[in-house]
This record gives sequence, structure tokens and C-alpha cells, in this order.
Amino acid sequence: MALTWQEARITAAAPETPRVRRLTLAVGWSRPFRAGQHVDVRLTAPDGYQAQRSYSIASAPTRPESIDLLIERLDDGEVSGFFSDVAEPGDAIELRGPIGGAFVWDPGEGEPLLLVGGGSGVVPLLSMLRHRAEGAPDVPALLLYSARTSDEVIAREELMRRDAEEPGFRLMLTLTRAPGGRRIDADTIGEALAALGSPAHTFVCGANSFVSAMSDLLVDAGVPAKSIRTERFGG
Amino acid sequence: MVTRGFTGRRPPRPEAERLPPGQYLTDDFPVLQLGPTLRIDLARWRFTLREGSKPLKSWTWAEFEALPRTRWKGDIHCVTKWSKFDTAWEGVAFDDLLAAAGIAAPTAYLLAEGYDDYTTNVPVADLTGGRGMVATRYAGEPIPPDHGGPARLLVPHLYFWKSAKWVKGLRFTQKDEAGFWELRGYHMHGDPWREQRFTGD
Repeated sequence: MALTWQEARITAAAPETPRVRRLTLAVGWSRPFRAGQHVDVRLTAPDGYQAQRSYSIASAPTRPESIDLLIERLDDGEVSGFFSDVAEPGDAIELRGPIGGAFVWDPGEGEPLLLVGGGSGVVPLLSMLRHRAEGAPDVPALLLYSARTSDEVIAREELMRRDAEEPGFRLMLTLTRAPGGRRIDADTIGEALAALGSPAHTFVCGANSFVSAMSDLLVDAGVPAKSIRTERFGG
Repeated sequence: MVTRGFTGRRPPRPEAERLPPGQYLTDDFPVLQLGPTLRIDLARWRFTLREGSKPLKSWTWAEFEALPRTRWKGDIHCVTKWSKFDTAWEGVAFDDLLAAAGIAAPTAYLLAEGYDDYTTNVPVADLTGGRGMVATRYAGEPIPPDHGGPARLLVPHLYFWKSAKWVKGLRFTQKDEAGFWELRGYHMHGDPWREQRFTGD
């Protein structure tokens, strides 16, 4: 089961937030991937110089012929800058995947499900939520999501709608740089656990410091360390 | 395949020559692990060499700290594409562990085992001759828990998933047995200069 590079065409591109762009790529996979997995992308300059990066898949795994990536523009980002400013529908890039067998969720692995995301760390969690809504809407799930400002909340409309319409799903959103802003703390975690019950699986994704802080708070709150899976940017 | 509109930002030459294919340089020290950072009580810490399930030699923390020390400084490479230059480690070389146990390596392969039940396979030949150690200090300080302290394997010439965090022992195996990531499609050897990221690379 070697992972080979394939050419994938960008079929759609749209701003998701002021800093995040949604790119849809036709990958033509014939089998579902697993919610939480990522792809490696490779860009090649005319002189042969190449750069590679990894991006989580945001879309539901049940539509594997086409995937959505949500790419945050980083300051001086060599690859994210290309995806933000240069790439357009019709362009092709090289890609391989799906990759990753630890930060993945399949319905039927037990419930409830606790998802904790910081910033664009919400992306693989979105794939899990979309998978849950389609395939296992009875699994109780809660997303604890920390973003800087309301504008920077990825998939805001969708998450609010799911919170309103899906009986088993609750969104707890904290904004760190809004007026009266706060960070997720022990009280927030306690509130989430009280609302959800003891999670069978917890997935935490975000920047390094965010994931460290969140997983420590979760362990302190009594969530078994072995039930917590983490994924970090840049690492 | 040339990507339309991509020019890239090439690192300066001395840097480029130290970067394996597909890697970029970071000044941070990113953390990559499956779950929360482990909290390990040094009073209960043990490091054990095993052949299969049979223990060959075990050390307490104090005993381990008394073993001969080795220092290594150089570059490390993570399969998630970052590389970090000039990292400084100190610990006990694999050769010195065997000597202290009074044994020769009983097989040609082993699995490093972590307190978090993580495993990864490393051929003995990649650890001998000063190529691998069990590190207990980073940049002159005890290794922080986020980076695998109190002790982690260090095999810096392989992708860093081979350098198991929170290592509790090495288990010699008759054949090359896949560990956690290797069972999930990652390469059995993981040489960054040959870009052995995944099975078949």
C-alpha cells in the first residue's frame, strides 16, 4: 500500500474566513478515507525546486472523489501563500494521501465524542462532525472551539446551524480577542464534560501551546489520557 | 510536474545542503505525539532491555543516571517536514547500555517501547557505533515532558518518529516488527536522506 503522488486539480476556491481559503480538489479516490486524516501536497518550481506540506481534510470521508482543504495563510508562508494568492480553479498540484491512522474517528468506536479545536485546528474535527451528521447522528458530540474573533471562526454558519438543528450536537465557542474574550479554562472544560458526559474519545487539534494546555486540562478533569488523541500544527 | 505560479522561497545554500528532500527548517521545537504529555514519576521509572518478553537488564533512574554519558549535537528531521539544526542531547549510548548489561545484542532488530505504549522499530545496526542513545538531557537541561522526558530514544539519522518519547525499554525481536506508525503505513526504516516517509518510498 505505497502512497504515490498523484495530480489533483483544483475545482473550486473560496474564502472561508479573512485568513483561510477553502480549496476543493478532485482526487478521484474510490474508497472513503477516515475522518481526521490529512494529505501531503507538493509544489514544484520551474527549476525543479520543491516544497511539501501536510493539510488536514475538512470534508466528509464519504465523498472521497473530491476533498476540501482549508488553508490558513501564514506570515511568509511559502506554501500557504501560494494557496492563498496564486492557486486558482483549473490548476493542478501534486498530492498524496490519505495519511494518518491515529487522529481518526469512525462511528461505532463508542460515545460520546468530545472535540477540542483551536483556530484552524478545527479542520480535521469538521470532517469528523460532517461524518457524524451523515452516518451516526445519534452519537452525542460536543465541539469546544477557540478562535480569535468571530470573523475567524471557520465554518461558523454550518456549526451554528448544526448546534441548532442536530439534537445530539452542541457547539461551545470561545473567542480570545473579542470584547470580554476568554480562553478555554478548567471551568469551560468542566462545563463541556457536564453537558456531554464522560467522552469515550477526545480529539484535540491546534497550535502546540493550545494542545498542551487543553490536554493537561482534560487529564486534570479526569479524562483518561489514553482516550485523548492530539494533533498539532508544525509538528 | 511544474506547479503554475509557484516560485518557492529557497533556503540559503548552507541551509539547503543540510536539509533532506522535502524538509524545511524551523527554529521552534514542534511537539508531535499521539496524546497528552505523560506524567512520569522518576521514583517509579525503570528502563528495561528485553529479548521478546524476557527481561535482560533493568535500571532505576538513579542507576541509569550513573551510566557513562554521551553528548551529541546535530540536526533532527521530522516526517511532518520540519527539520531543526544543531540540537544538543546528552544520554547513554546504546553501545554503553549493552556494555553495562554485559551482553551483546541478541538479535538484529528491536522495538523501542514508550510508557504510553507507543512502539517503533529500529534495526540494531542503526543504534550501534554511537548512532543511537537513550537521551535524558536536551540543551543542557532535563528533557521537558513535552519532548519525551525523562528519557527518550535518540536516533537522529532517522525520521524523528523513531526517537520514541517517554521510552521505557528496548525489546529485541527476531525479525523486523512494525511499530505503531509502521503498522499505519509509515516506512519501516525512515531514512530522511532517502525520503523514506511511507511504505514504498
